Amino acid sequence: MVRHVLARLGVTAFVAVLLGFFALPMLWLATAPFDAGASIRVSVPEFTLANFRALLVNPFAVGSLVNSAVQAGGAAALVVVLAALAAYALSRVQVPGRDLLLYLLLLMSSIVTGTAAMVPIFELATRLNLIDTHLGVILVVSGGLLPAAIFILKDFTDATPASYEESARVFGASPLQILRHVVVPLIRPGLATIAVWTVANVWGGFLLQFILIRDPGLAPGSVILYTLYTEGGQPDLPLVSAFSLVYSLPVVLMYVFVSGRYGFRFHGGIKR
Amino acid sequence: MISLRGLVKQFPGGVRAIDDLDLEIAGGEFLALLGPSGCGKTTLLRTIAGLETPTAGRVGIGGRDVTALPPGRRDVAMVFQDYALFPHMDVAANIAYPLRVKRVGRAERRARAAATADRLGLSGLLERRPAQLSGGQQQRVALARAIACRPRAFLFDEPLSNLDARLRLTARTFLKRLQRELSVTTVFVTHDQGEALALADRVAVMSGGRLAQVGTPAEVFQRPLTTFVASFIGATPMNLLPGRAEGGALLVAGARLTPPGPARGLPDGEPVTYGVRPEYADLSFEPREDGFPGRVGVVENMGTALLVTLEPAGGGDGPLVQVVVPEEGGEPALGTPAWAVPRTSRALVYREGRLLGAPVAPAPASAEPTA
Repeated sequence: MVRHVLARLGVTAFVAVLLGFFALPMLWLATAPFDAGASIRVSVPEFTLANFRALLVNPFAVGSLVNSAVQAGGAAALVVVLAALAAYALSRVQVPGRDLLLYLLLLMSSIVTGTAAMVPIFELATRLNLIDTHLGVILVVSGGLLPAAIFILKDFTDATPASYEESARVFGASPLQILRHVVVPLIRPGLATIAVWTVANVWGGFLLQFILIRDPGLAPGSVILYTLYTEGGQPDLPLVSAFSLVYSLPVVLMYVFVSGRYGFRFHGGIKR
Repeated sequence: MISLRGLVKQFPGGVRAIDDLDLEIAGGEFLALLGPSGCGKTTLLRTIAGLETPTAGRVGIGGRDVTALPPGRRDVAMVFQDYALFPHMDVAANIAYPLRVKRVGRAERRARAAATADRLGLSGLLERRPAQLSGGQQQRVALARAIACRPRAFLFDEPLSNLDARLRLTARTFLKRLQRELSVTTVFVTHDQGEALALADRVAVMSGGRLAQVGTPAEVFQRPLTTFVASFIGATPMNLLPGRAEGGALLVAGARLTPPGPARGLPDGEPVTYGVRPEYADLSFEPREDGFPGRVGVVENMGTALLVTLEPAGGGDGPLVQVVVPEEGGEPALGTPAWAVPRTSRALVYREGRLLGAPVAPAPASAEPTA
C-alpha cells in the first residue's frame, strides 16, 4: 500500500517536472510582456503595458506584421491553387513514373528551402531582381512547400469517386468547372489544412526571409524580432517578449478558427 | 435514336471490351443491355456517353455522328450505379446542376428543379443533402437530375442494383412508367435478366464484347438463339441436356423424345443439345418413355410453385434436370423416382450451341456452351 502511494507520488512528481519544463517558456510568454522589469526569468510581473507602447513606437514592428501577413497570405494562396491543380491532375491522369516523381519532388523540396541551397537561391534571386521583394519570398517559400502540399492533397483527390466528375462531364461541365463545382468543395478540408500549414510555415520562417530581404521596412516579424536590441547591444527583453506575444496571436487565432470550421466536420461526401 | 456501327473498344492492356458491334436503337425505345459481368455492357454504355473513346467504329445519336464529340455535347444524361449525387449540394442544387452548367438563370433553375422533384415525389426533400436521403430517394434524385436537362437519350448504368429487393420492384415499375411518359430513348445496363425482361422494349444480350441476341423480351425468353442466352435468361435456368438424333427421334438423358419442328430430319448420330425450361416440363411419377428418368433430389418452395431438381436414378453426380410444378400437388418425397416430361412445342434443340430453325444467323457464337 505504502509502496503503491510512493510510486504514484513519484510518477506524479515526474510528470509535473516534465510539464513544467515545457510550460515555462509559455508562462514566460504570458508574464514577461506585462512585466516592467522583464528578464529571462519567469517571475510575478510588475504589471505594465509600457512594453506594448514601446512596440508601437518601434519603426518596424507594426509594419513587419503587415509584411508577414502579405508573405504568408501570398504563399498560402499560391500553394493552395497550384497544389489543388497539380494534385487533381496527378490523381486523374496516368503519368508513367508518377509516384516516383512525387517522392523525388518531396525529397528535393527539403533541399530547396534547406540551408544548403541558400547561396544558389540568393544568387538566383539577385539575378532575377527578387531581392527585397515580397514576391521573391513568396516564390521561394512556395517552391519549398508545394511538393509536400501536393502529396497531402493528392490523398484527398484520390478519395473523390471518379463518377462525380464523369457525371458532371456528361452534363457538359468543363474540366475547370468540374474542379470548381465538384472537386474543390469535396476536398475543402484538405485545402484548409494546406492553407493553415503554409501560413504557419511562412509566419514562423526566418532564414529565407532573413537572406532575401535586406530592407527592414519589408522584413517580416520573424526577422524584426531578431533586431530588437538595446543601445547596449543586449536583447531588449521587454520588447522581445511583447512582440513575441503579438506575433504568435494571429497564428493561434487562425488555428482556432479553421479547426472550428473544418477540423472535426466533414459533410458526408468523402466518407461514404 | 442511337446507332452504333462497327464499334470496337480495345483497352491498352489488349482486352477487347467491345468487339465489332452493330446496333440500332429506335427513337423512344427502351433497350436493356444484358450480360454477365465483364461482357462489355458498361463499356458500351460509357462509349455511347463519350466517357470512353472507341478504338474503331461510329456512334450516332439522333441522326448526328457524335463519335468525336465530348460527353457534354452529346445531349445525353447518365445515371450511375452509385448515383454520383454531389454530396455538398442539396437535392435542388443537384437536380439543377445540368442547368447550372448550361448557364440557366438561378430562378429558372430553382423552378425547374422543383417541378421535376415534384413529378418524382421528392418535393419535400429539396433542402436535404444526399447523405440524408434513403437509397430509393437518392435513386430518384439521380433520375430527376437526368430528366431536368431534357436530354435526347438516357443512359442508365445498373441504377437499381443498389436498392434492396422490394424497393427494386417499386423502382422498376416507376422507371418503366416514367420512360413511357417521357418517351426518351433509353439504354439500360443490367446483369439482372428479370430486370431486363420486365423493363425493356428490346433486350440485347451481350457476351464477350459481342451481341449474342437482340430481341423483344418474349423473343429472347422463348427462343434464345444460343445456349449461352438460353442459360442466361430466365429466373430458373433452362435445362440443357446433351443428346443425339436416332431414327427420327432424339435420345436425351434416357428419354426418347419427339423432336420439335425445326429439329426433324436430323441425320442419325447427330449430337445436339436439348433445351427445355423448368416451367415447360411436367413431372410424372409413372414411367414414361418421353420423360427424363431420375429421382427427386431437391425441392425448393418458390411460393406459388415448387422447383424440383431430379438427380440421375443410378446415383451419378450433379443435378439432371429441374422442373417447376404447381404447389397444389404437395411436395414430392425426396428420393421418389420421377420422370420429367418436356412439352415438345416449348422445347428447343441446339446444334453446336445454335438454335435449330433460327430465322436469322445470330452473332458468331462467342458463347461458351453451358450444360
